[in-house]
Amino acid sequence: MNAEFLKELETQRGYLMRVARLQLRDTALAEDVVQDTLTAALTAQGGFTGKSSVKTWLTGILKHKIVDAIRRKQRDPISASTFDEECDIEDLDGLFKTSNGAWESPPSEWGDPEQSLQRSEFFDVMNLCLERLPPATARVFIMREVMELESDEICQELKITTNNLWVILYRARMSLRECLEKNWFGGKEAAT
Amino acid sequence: MDIKRNIRRALGHLIDCPRATRLVSQMQERPLGFRDRQLLKLHLAWCVACARFDRQMHFLREAMGKYRQ
Repeated sequence: MNAEFLKELETQRGYLMRVARLQLRDTALAEDVVQDTLTAALTAQGGFTGKSSVKTWLTGILKHKIVDAIRRKQRDPISASTFDEECDIEDLDGLFKTSNGAWESPPSEWGDPEQSLQRSEFFDVMNLCLERLPPATARVFIMREVMELESDEICQELKITTNNLWVILYRARMSLRECLEKNWFGGKEAAT
Repeated sequence: MDIKRNIRRALGHLIDCPRATRLVSQMQERPLGFRDRQLLKLHLAWCVACARFDRQMHFLREAMGKYRQ
């Protein structure tokens, strides 16, 4: 294994990632595909004649890997990307530090929250928290958690995409969690 | 300790807290794909905050179930 060649391949990683991400719309999957490509290139080093540039040669290998990945994805659509929805979520209102992705204010320990389900006062607080949700968000959350509609039923009814739905439900849950912690569970900080 | 910090940083690149919490939420609507499931499991094993979030999301669904009644 030629160390120079290895280094050369590594310098192409960024470029390969950009191409893969564009095609696959899934960062995690793109990473896998690029890694496979570089590995294949290493083992096929003997086959590289130097006629085209390294970049062109690698792109050829990459394209095959991408096609394979897409074919596999069709067979298992559930494992496909969260990439789209990640784009929507980038603006997630200060819940996480932008510098390192850590929680701005991590959840505290709720102990044994099921006990609270025996208390009517708890559901008063729950009501309060639901009322505090923005109306469109609340509507979606209620459809899902109270009316128990399936995702596609809600999407059809409201003419939103699955990704939209996930983002909305995520926001709702984040918001409710925070509200319940503040107003009921009292933010008991267990040793972290 | 340096090694621990490096491991945490490396694991963080696989899946960070924002992504983990999104997956935890998504799980309430549909099962995760194999890779996402593994990455999430790994993250929840070492991240106390997200592990709490996971438990609290389960509780929230249970609470909504009771609220229905």
